[in-house]
Amino acid sequence: MSALTLYASDVVALARKDLRLELRARDTLPAMLLFVLSTLVVFHFALPTGTADDAAFGLLWIALVFTALLGLARAWAPEREGGALDGLVLAPCDRSAIWLGKTLAVLVFLTAAELVALPAFALFFAPVDLVAVAGVVLASIGICAVGSLLAAMAAASRGREVILPLLFLPLAIPLVVGGVGAGISPQGASYLTFLGLYDLVFAILAWATFEYVITE
Amino acid sequence: MSSRNSLPLLAFTTTAVLGLAVVLALLVAPEDVDQGVSQRIFYFHVPIALTAYLCFGLGAWKALRLLWVGDERRDLESYTWIHQGTIFGALTLITGSIWAKASWGVWWSWGSNQLVLFLVLFLFYCAYFMLRFSIEEGARRERICAVYALFGVALIPVSFFAIRLASDFIHPTVFNREGPQMTGTMFGAFLVCWAAVTLLAYVMYRVELVGKRTDVNLRELREALS
Amino acid sequence: MTGVATAAARLVVRGESLEKRYGRKRVLRGVSFVVPRGGFLVVTGANGAGKTTLLRLVAGLAAPTRGVLEVWGDRRDLGFVGHEPLVYQELTALENLELFGRLYRVADRRERSGMLLERFGLWDARSDRVSTYSRGMVQRLALCRALLHDPALLVLDEPFTALDEGGAGVLDTELAALAGECTVILSTHDPARVEALATDRLVLA
Repeated sequence: MSALTLYASDVVALARKDLRLELRARDTLPAMLLFVLSTLVVFHFALPTGTADDAAFGLLWIALVFTALLGLARAWAPEREGGALDGLVLAPCDRSAIWLGKTLAVLVFLTAAELVALPAFALFFAPVDLVAVAGVVLASIGICAVGSLLAAMAAASRGREVILPLLFLPLAIPLVVGGVGAGISPQGASYLTFLGLYDLVFAILAWATFEYVITE
Repeated sequence: MSSRNSLPLLAFTTTAVLGLAVVLALLVAPEDVDQGVSQRIFYFHVPIALTAYLCFGLGAWKALRLLWVGDERRDLESYTWIHQGTIFGALTLITGSIWAKASWGVWWSWGSNQLVLFLVLFLFYCAYFMLRFSIEEGARRERICAVYALFGVALIPVSFFAIRLASDFIHPTVFNREGPQMTGTMFGAFLVCWAAVTLLAYVMYRVELVGKRTDVNLRELREALS
Repeated sequence: MTGVATAAARLVVRGESLEKRYGRKRVLRGVSFVVPRGGFLVVTGANGAGKTTLLRLVAGLAAPTRGVLEVWGDRRDLGFVGHEPLVYQELTALENLELFGRLYRVADRRERSGMLLERFGLWDARSDRVSTYSRGMVQRLALCRALLHDPALLVLDEPFTALDEGGAGVLDTELAALAGECTVILSTHDPARVEALATDRLVLA
C-alpha cells in the first residue's frame, strides 16, 4: 500500500470512529440541532419588525458559529476519557491524520446541523440562494479545520472548553465576513474566492502544525 | 558582556531619538492644512501600528524557529515579542481613536479598516495570553503558544482582506484618509518617528527579555541549591 | 565483538542524566540507565519518585528537559501500558483493537485480536463497550492493545496494579514467554513478582 493510501485509510478509520461514537452516545449532534433551531427562534423575537433580510442573514451566521462551537467543545472528549489520545500519539500513523480525521467528523456534524438550519432560516426569515449555500459550505470547512486544532489546544489548558470561544472567535471573523458577504452581496463570487483562500491557508497551517499541538 | 553593556547605550539612544521625534512631530513639521493640530498624532499612530505588525511578525518568526530548530530559548523571545506587539497594538487603537475623535468627531469608526483590523488582532493576541497562562509551564505550552503565534501572523493578511471586503456591505460611509500628502519635511519627521518607535519597541523587548531570563536563571539557581 | 558499533547495536534504550521538570516541579533528576536488547528492566521507587514520568519519556509521550535519551526503533516497535488504558470507552473491545490494529498496520489484526482477547479472558466480553468493563478487564484490554502489534519494546507502567488475580496470572505467563525475545521496561510496587525475569534494576529516589 502506498503511503498516501495508508494515510487516507487512517483518516477514514479515525473519522468513522468518531461517527460511530456519536451514533452511540447521541449527545453532541442532537444538541447542535436543537441549539441552532432554538437560536433562530430567539432571533425572531430579538429582531424588531421590518428588519431587513440582510440583517437576519447575519444572525444566521452567528447561530452557525455558536453551533459549531458547541460541537467543537466536545470534539476531543472521547480521546480524553480513556486517555485514547496518548494511544493515537503512540501509533505509527501521521499525527496530521488525527487532525484530519477529527476535522472530517466535526464537518459531518456541522453539515447535519446546517441541513436543519438553512431550511429553517428560509422558512422563518428569508430565502437562501445557491451562492449563500456555497458560502456556508466553504466556511464550514474553515470552521472545522481551524476549530478542531484549537479545540485540541483548549483541551490541554486548565480552562478546558471555556477558552475555546476566545481562541476561535477572532479566527472566525473572516469566515463570517465571507459567509455573510456571499449571501447578501451582489459580488458573492469574490466572497466565495476569499473563503476558499482562507480554507487553503488555514487548513495547510493546521495540517502542518497539529503535530506540535499534541506532542511534547 | 557586550550585549549587556549595549543595553544602557541603546536605551539612551532611543530616548534621544524619541525626543527628537517628538520635537519634529509637534513643532517642526508643518501643520496640515485640513486637519490642523490633531493630524500630528498621525506621526506616531502609523509608526506604532507598523511596529506592532513587526512585533507580531518577529513573535511568529521566533515561534517558527522554536518548532523547527527546537531551541527552547525562542519561547521566551516569541512571548516577549508578542507582548510588545500587544502593547503597541493597544497603543494603535488608542492613538487611532484619538485621531478619529480629533478628525471626525467620533471615538470609533468601523470605516477605518486599520482600526478594525487591530481590534481583531488585539482580541486574538489577548487570547494568546489567556491560553499561555492556562497551560502548565513546559514543552507542551511552548509548542502550543508557538503554533498559535503562527496562526496570528497568518490571520493578519487574511483579516485585512476580509475587512476590505466587508466594507463593501457593512459601512457605506468610508473614512478612508490614509494620511496627508507628505511634503519633504513631513516625510522626514515621519521617518524619524518611525525609527524612534521601532527602537523603543526593541529596547522594551530587550529589557523585558532580560527580566524574564533572570527570573528563569534565579529559579534554576534556587533549585540547584536546594 | 567489543566495538562501539556492535555494543550500540545491542542497546535498545539508553538514558543519561535524564531530568524532567513540569513547571516548577522537578520530577526526575540525574537518571541514567541502559537496557540491552532482550533485557528486562524493573523500575521501582516510592510514589512520586518519577516512575510514570520515566516510562512516559521512554515511550516518547514526553520529552526530557535535560539529558540524553536514545530509543532504538520507531513507534511501530513500541508497546505501552500506562495508568490510563488508552482505549475508547464507548467502543467495544473488538472495535478498539480493530482501530489500533489498523493504525499499527497489523496484517492479521482480526486473528491477533481474537487470540489476545481469548488469552486474556475477554473473548466473551468482546462486543461489550469498554465503559461496562470492570477495572481489571479494562487493564487486560490495555495489555491486549499493547501486545497487538507484536512490539519489540514493551514499556509497562505498574501493569499489575489494576489487574485481578486471574489477569495477573496471564500477565505473568506472557512476560515469562516474552522475556528474552522482547525488551521490557516495567515499573512495579511489587518487584518480587518479576524478580526471576529481571536482568536489570533501577530504583528511583
